[in-house]
Amino acid sequence: MTDLAIETRGLRKQYGATVALEALDIRVEAGEVFGFLGPNGAGKTTAVKLLLGLTRPSGGEGSVLGRPLGDLGARRRIGYLPELFRYQAWLTAREVLDLHASLAGLPSNRRRAEVDRVLALVGLVGRDRDRTGGFSKGMQQRLGLAAALLGDPALVILDEPTSALDPVGREDVRAIIRDARERGSAVLLNSHLLGEVERLCDHVAIVNKGRVVAAGSLAQLLGEQAVRLHVTGLASAADPSTSPLASFGPVSVDDEGWLVVRPVDPERIPDLVAAVVAAGGRVHAVDPGRRSLEDLFLGLVRDDNADNATEPADDATAPAA
Amino acid sequence: MSPRLVLVIASLTLREIARRRILWVLLGLSIASVVLVGWGVDRLVTFARAEDVDELQVRIGVSQVLILIAFMFSFVLAMSAAFLAAPAIASDVETGTVSAMLARPLRRAELVVGRWLGLALIVAGYAALSGLLAIAVVGLVSGHTPPSPGVAIAFLAFQSVAVLTLALALGTRLPSIAAGAITVVLFGLGWFAGVLSSVAVVFGAAPLGALGDTVRILIPTDGLWRGVIYGLEPPLVILATAGRNAQAMRANPFFAGEPPPAAFVAWSAAWVLLVLLAGIAMFRRREL
Repeated sequence: MTDLAIETRGLRKQYGATVALEALDIRVEAGEVFGFLGPNGAGKTTAVKLLLGLTRPSGGEGSVLGRPLGDLGARRRIGYLPELFRYQAWLTAREVLDLHASLAGLPSNRRRAEVDRVLALVGLVGRDRDRTGGFSKGMQQRLGLAAALLGDPALVILDEPTSALDPVGREDVRAIIRDARERGSAVLLNSHLLGEVERLCDHVAIVNKGRVVAAGSLAQLLGEQAVRLHVTGLASAADPSTSPLASFGPVSVDDEGWLVVRPVDPERIPDLVAAVVAAGGRVHAVDPGRRSLEDLFLGLVRDDNADNATEPADDATAPAA
Repeated sequence: MSPRLVLVIASLTLREIARRRILWVLLGLSIASVVLVGWGVDRLVTFARAEDVDELQVRIGVSQVLILIAFMFSFVLAMSAAFLAAPAIASDVETGTVSAMLARPLRRAELVVGRWLGLALIVAGYAALSGLLAIAVVGLVSGHTPPSPGVAIAFLAFQSVAVLTLALALGTRLPSIAAGAITVVLFGLGWFAGVLSSVAVVFGAAPLGALGDTVRILIPTDGLWRGVIYGLEPPLVILATAGRNAQAMRANPFFAGEPPPAAFVAWSAAWVLLVLLAGIAMFRRREL
């Protein structure tokens, strides 16, 4: 049996007439990093609050670590970094962590070592005796991350963990998330920074207007390998009927004037370049790669918003089992 | 409910108030007022004795001054309790601190009860300390000590705990400023109802009296204030009013001829519990 960190079926939340979450279906396996994406107002934070029992669902069902939503026993094994928050400004960083360790029920003889461990992990050693009221946003976020990682929780829920961090800080957080996965935690990562999600996540769900419009592994979602070439002196290349590249795959021209072959077998890219050269083309640049998560995200959200809300999502990107 | 978690929240609350310096400011102001009161009473007594005023009259005068001081003090205490307790949960909801805490295995009831316990300890401790200090200083300079200072201080603390419970409970649902303001208005209304029903007794206006009494049961703070007065009122004054001017004295909001009935005290304790339970119920239903 596969252990599921999170499973929801048709989870719904309505505030009066406003539907914040229409029907959420996601599955997060134990020990994986799961990217939870969507535009502002898609219902991501509502979903996180439902998972933690901070609000009650209007419909549907779900379980976290095999227990009902909001279950106290499950909450003992969850670390959570909220999106918009401030810790008690009059407490020092160490005291905040000590409070959370004690609320989480960590035995008192283990608390100090555990607080030291997470302080070192997020780079707050030396600032641990300072009051959090004087912390920058970035330091607050590091502290929040440290609190979320206390006691190696089975599930870590991070709501925009890097929004206040500089590029160095973001790289640190990526390392921390990978480390958490290695220590056996499942991570639900809610982020707008798609490059970050792409680098970290095993599985991804994209939500829009309160429901999942695409879900699956990154390989499934971005599967098609493509190649982009900047070529001059080969006017015929873009015409599918005459292009020397037609035998490699469907050819198109992107908005920067580059030739795009998608899908393409990555093994044949050198042959493809040789074919362009043989036909008299001058190759200035070759950009192998698959569709970025950003392209997928923008495409899906735009299509979904253009569609009538009653139409089902595109089959090719329908939620994966 | 886990007693351990209630204590964690209570000690967090104590630490918060100690760190935020408000307690020290209040304590400093109280000590300053006690010094001022001591000086004033000393002047008064010295002046009266120099004028050969009868010692009994001096004592009665000092006892009435002490009751007035206690009134002012109870008002300050009620305001402080309201403005300490109103944001205790409300502002944690506003800053999102509460979401981070409630994602832990912490029940909402434990958070509310822990907050209540911490605040009640602070407010009751503060009432006891400053009250005893004021009574001791007045005793030192005038030789007058009230008949039952312990009773007066217990009722003073009880009254402040009632006010803080109301502010805390309202703050589980309302923004802190609204919760604080409503509490202060209700407290004022309770006191006004007390005056009104006393006046109604004198003028024999039964419907007015019934209205005042109803409000005093719904908001028991005024009834508890009567307990403070009773603890400070010299038996001589009570005896003196047993005569024909008793009715007029009963209209005086600074006079109490008898202690609050035991049933009323029990009701007040139940009221605190009910308001606290209502606060817990509102907070549990609240969407965060």
